[in-house]
Amino acid sequence: MTQRTTDIAVGLFMLAGLAALLFLALQVSGLSPKSAKSTYTVYADFNDTGGITPRGRVSMAGVTVGSIDSITLNKETFQARVAMSIHGEVDNIPADSAAVIRTSGLLGEQYIDISIGGDMDSLKPGDTFYATQSAMNIERLISNFASGK
Amino acid sequence: MIDRIASFGRSGISFVISIGRAGRFLGGVLSGVPRPVTGFPLLLKQLYSVGVLSLAIIVVSGLFIGMVLGLQGYTILSDFGSEAAIGQMIALTLVRELGPVVTALLFAGRAGSALTAEIGLMKATEQLSSMEMMGVDPLRRVIAPRLWAGFIAMPVLAIIFSMVGIWGGMLVGVEWLGVFEGSYWGNMQASVDFRDDVINGVIKSVVFGFVCAWIAVYQGYDCVPTSAGISSATTKTVVYSSLAVLGLDFVLTAVMFGNF
Repeated sequence: MTQRTTDIAVGLFMLAGLAALLFLALQVSGLSPKSAKSTYTVYADFNDTGGITPRGRVSMAGVTVGSIDSITLNKETFQARVAMSIHGEVDNIPADSAAVIRTSGLLGEQYIDISIGGDMDSLKPGDTFYATQSAMNIERLISNFASGK
Repeated sequence: MIDRIASFGRSGISFVISIGRAGRFLGGVLSGVPRPVTGFPLLLKQLYSVGVLSLAIIVVSGLFIGMVLGLQGYTILSDFGSEAAIGQMIALTLVRELGPVVTALLFAGRAGSALTAEIGLMKATEQLSSMEMMGVDPLRRVIAPRLWAGFIAMPVLAIIFSMVGIWGGMLVGVEWLGVFEGSYWGNMQASVDFRDDVINGVIKSVVFGFVCAWIAVYQGYDCVPTSAGISSATTKTVVYSSLAVLGLDFVLTAVMFGNF
């Protein structure tokens, strides 16, 4: 084993490690180089956010168009204020659209779905959704049903 | 009875002493700044024997562990009709847990024991003391390259292990059992986070590499210079490394993924 072959083998070894790290980054964790897309922020006030979490999905007709930034409590109205960043290319959401919290599948994660309105004006950065629909709470539904309301 | 208590105390004291010696030894190795020109070929040689030669066992075990995860995951998940989540399960298990830990255990058995035996034999045949006679510092010439090689090689091996395992899981899940390939990768990408999962796994393997290499070179350097001493030192390397890795893994997991 000469020094040269050792050097080459170690070099290849380190390159293989680097390639594997790249694979884990791009293919496994889906870190894409163009992920720093331009986004804009809109807000929605919910009575009950259910189980949505920051970094959760915001979708429109089932297509992911953004993610949830933060969930804070508005101390004056006692509602939850959700900030979400929407991809820059989706810039024509009608201003009277509603933000609805839905669950994917029976036991899946919760996400925010934007149900489209009919207004000619569109939501601008920093705007708040006019209408929202809170998370459906199965427990509350059952207790309403049981107490006959 | 008194004798028994006394021997218990003695072994406790000698344990503390050996930890202290290992710490001083580590300080001695790290304080000698490696010379870039003369030290680099030595490091490369060790990287070759510690890293490149361990590659075969790492790749084969990674492949089989990935395949077993695929099979087991499919059997369990298909009961709930959610076998599409198999990619997510395999990737998270490998990247967070099995990649670093199993690599470290294999590394301790494959490379750590060899390091201990090599250094132990050098000590038994008085090569280390003759180096000191010639004015060459054995800590810098023999120990430091091996320690650094283990430290560098382990994360590389762990990353390769995870990659091969994920590929092996795909082989079973997608090619054999017929999970849709798009949902295999798609679920994986949606749930694996680069910083939280991949980087934390790499940090784990860096810690494990350091601990395994440290234990291996220390046991070799500190062994009783007889054939029985070398054999017991090699055994100790494997046992202590495995225990340290599993114990540290719990602590690191609690810190990284514990959410408190």
